[in-house]
Amino acid sequence: MSAGGAEAKEAPKYTKKDFESDQDVRWCPGCGDYAILSAVQKAMPDLGIPKEDIVFVSGIGCSSRFPYYMNTYGFHTIHGRAPAIATGLRLARPDLKVFVVTGDGDGLSIGGNHMLHVLRRNVNVTILLFNNRIYGLTKGQYSPTSELGKVTKSTPVGSADRPVNPLAFALGCGATFVGRTVDRNIPHMEEMLKRAARHRGAAFVEILQNCNVYNDLAWNVMYDKEQKLQYELRLEHGKPLLFGPQDDRRAVIMDGVRPKVVTAKDVPASALWVHDESNVNAAKLLADLFAPDFPVPIGVLAAVAGPVYEEIMLDQEQKAISERGPGDIAKLLTSGDTWRIS
Amino acid sequence: MSEIAAPAKGKSLKELDRAVVRFAGDSGDGMQLTGEQFTTESAWAGNDIATLPNFPAEIRAPAGTLFGVSSFQLQFGSQRVYTPGDRLDCLVAMNPAALKVHLRDLKPGGLLVVNTAAFDKRNLDKAGYAANPLEESTLAERYRLHKVDMTGLTYEAVKDLPLGTKEKDRTKNFFALGLVSWIYTRPLEPTLEWITKKFVKNPSIAEANTRVLKAGHAYGETAEIFAEHYTVEAAEMAPGLYRAMTGNRALAWGILAAAERSKVPVVYGAYPITPASDILHELALHKRFRVRTIQAEDEIAAITAAIGAAFGGAIGVTGSSGPGIALKGEAIGLAVTAELPLVIFDIQRGGPSTGLPTKTEQADLMQAMYGRNSESPVVVLAPATPGDCFYVAYEAVRIATKYMVPVMVLSDGFLANGSEPWLIPDPQTLPPIEIGFRTEKEGFFPYLRDPATLARPWVRPGTPGLEHRIGGIEKQDVTGNISYDPDNHDHMVRTRAEKVRRVAQEIPPTTINGPATGDLLVVGWGGTYGAITAAVERAQTEGRAVASIHLRYLNPLPPDLGHILREYRKVLVPEINSGQLVRVLRAEYLVDAVGFNRVRGLPLASEEILEAITQLVEGHV
Repeated sequence: MSAGGAEAKEAPKYTKKDFESDQDVRWCPGCGDYAILSAVQKAMPDLGIPKEDIVFVSGIGCSSRFPYYMNTYGFHTIHGRAPAIATGLRLARPDLKVFVVTGDGDGLSIGGNHMLHVLRRNVNVTILLFNNRIYGLTKGQYSPTSELGKVTKSTPVGSADRPVNPLAFALGCGATFVGRTVDRNIPHMEEMLKRAARHRGAAFVEILQNCNVYNDLAWNVMYDKEQKLQYELRLEHGKPLLFGPQDDRRAVIMDGVRPKVVTAKDVPASALWVHDESNVNAAKLLADLFAPDFPVPIGVLAAVAGPVYEEIMLDQEQKAISERGPGDIAKLLTSGDTWRIS
Repeated sequence: MSEIAAPAKGKSLKELDRAVVRFAGDSGDGMQLTGEQFTTESAWAGNDIATLPNFPAEIRAPAGTLFGVSSFQLQFGSQRVYTPGDRLDCLVAMNPAALKVHLRDLKPGGLLVVNTAAFDKRNLDKAGYAANPLEESTLAERYRLHKVDMTGLTYEAVKDLPLGTKEKDRTKNFFALGLVSWIYTRPLEPTLEWITKKFVKNPSIAEANTRVLKAGHAYGETAEIFAEHYTVEAAEMAPGLYRAMTGNRALAWGILAAAERSKVPVVYGAYPITPASDILHELALHKRFRVRTIQAEDEIAAITAAIGAAFGGAIGVTGSSGPGIALKGEAIGLAVTAELPLVIFDIQRGGPSTGLPTKTEQADLMQAMYGRNSESPVVVLAPATPGDCFYVAYEAVRIATKYMVPVMVLSDGFLANGSEPWLIPDPQTLPPIEIGFRTEKEGFFPYLRDPATLARPWVRPGTPGLEHRIGGIEKQDVTGNISYDPDNHDHMVRTRAEKVRRVAQEIPPTTINGPATGDLLVVGWGGTYGAITAAVERAQTEGRAVASIHLRYLNPLPPDLGHILREYRKVLVPEINSGQLVRVLRAEYLVDAVGFNRVRGLPLASEEILEAITQLVEGHV
């Protein structure tokens, strides 16, 4: 009674093309969403799931047009509610593989509450949050991930609210899988998507995505060749947190209970912080690291096992049926206090 | 009323056609339980019954206060009982606040039973009595006043039991129950059985309640003050097996019946809200019917989870009250345009905003019909009685899945908590719910239409070759592709409306209670059925050419309604709102219908409806 049910069925040998729908893609030319779509379509064949068993659910926003372009089942719903739609869908159909595609506004502003609860419940869905730090579809207002002081149409002299950190939020909600990837790194995206899709429970992946029209190069730290070389920290389970150019390798270590950047060769191997995906506390520290004071971690921050909401619910149902038999309305109607009038 | 042979001990036994009794006390006095047990006893006696629980929104309102008063009213009779009754034949007041709040409803000469022990200075102050009304002559002159030290007699009955004062005190409601059971010759057996079952693990409490119940009964039999008591013969009701049924339980069981019949699992999404929560509680008990309940994070998640389930090929159901329905509006629109089946229960309560959470109202009709952005019609149904909720819930699932539309069911606080003796149906006699998921690849499009219903095909994800995408954006008819074409949008708006209109072909001919033509037609909907029917039948016995109809289908309206409306000189529409159905009827049929409207958080009284009928027929209005 898990997504494993879907995976158990023999899937045909697919190619990327099998996952392309016949719809014209309507994102702006140059949008980061094209690369994400391509990476998802490329990753799909490797999951080995029959495409009729796959559903993409989305809310509202540029990212939420995604389901129309996937040749699977798809449901483009209302603003912010995709996690709740997906929860009901999984409860009705635990045999399906369900993806939620959302954005920073959809998933963390109007739908923040649903995101909290889908993660807390650990519903078996794969959540892809495209974070471009801006409202694109409504033409350029600041978003809940925009930096403080962001000047946009709705904040002509700068925004007054601090941004939310999607990874820290997800971990705080009790997410059992949290990862980050970048729209301009297709191989890494594919790898993250596959890891997330295979996770049992709610998997949350933040995809740093470029809106070239309203917030171009918001993630330049991950795009600019020199900056990327300086700041990208590839998280790998069992490997130390090392980053930077080969001739100037740096490390993130723990200084007491604070992360600290040091020159790698200056510290003994025993002092290095070795990444452990099963350590959620460490992941919470990693979630807060960002340039320029720290490197930008990408990869899987945390992957742990946890009880899955719909599995528990359906186990209860199965138990009730196996112990007392299926429901019988005729019996129920005449149960308890009744009296006959003749 | 005829005097019959007096029973033992020189007490006379009078036979009544019907009686209206109200138990009133503090929220913590157990008045709801007392009323429910008295209802069960009356059901055993074979009477027809209607009940009206009435309690404050606060869980434990401060003791002794006017707003903390909780009451339970019922009418039982040897003939058909349509309402819980307007005026009381008997009022049991457990404290001064209960007396103050409820005395105005007692008939002159009515039976007034009070617990004297509660009439101390503190409680009198809290109720706003300057002097003890029991010591003044007015009460005894106006009513048949019986002053009983229920608290003292209760303590006396249980003095040797190993219980604390608080536990002993809590049994005094059963003294009142025992006493009133004697007054109306009710059998104690069902309550004694209930006590045994309920307190199986606590024999002292069971013993205390049993003793106190019997003490109350014996008090009536022996005390000098009760010169007479009453009997109400069994009603002539249709033969068959009966049970007591509340509206909320009936809605839940209607869904269970639909799940069993359709062989499709149900997902019920809900967020706790008065007075709808009991539907969630009830459904959560019945996992064996493959009903999956989600206590969602909010009202929007509750409905969207149900919509997600419907997309997955389950029966999606959500339930709430007016404020929650307001939050669900956008999602209902999604179900309208995605053309997915969905059942929405609205258990109406007093509003606006938080309003009167535990009181009844009928003011969500306009919200149900029009309370969404743009043109987003849904089917609207309304049950007439608590038991009718069963059939309406079942019908809602049947229509939703047959037409691929959302169906809103308008119940209310009165139906939800009220109960009636309900003739248990044979589930086999319910109409079939035939759900045929499309699996045929050839010629498939997501918005292909059934020529009779205009329903689009329902496809379960997982069906090979039928992968498709739907959503909230306007789509081209048939193909389902996104479309911004003006003419297509106009066509789709009309198609969604026509789909709802075609549900009219499901509506049976309207039952007319009274002459097919005449001076006045009373048109009602929802929980006012009993009050309207009782009023109209009384008007008929007074010789007036008055008839009534009660609408179960509010959108679309019955196809024969326009014709029926024209057969009467005048049309009266009683509603617990400021005039909602009356507007619809005037707009739809150009009929000069008149409203009768009271919005007091209480059911309409049949007396006031009768008065409105009389005035309208006699031309005063």
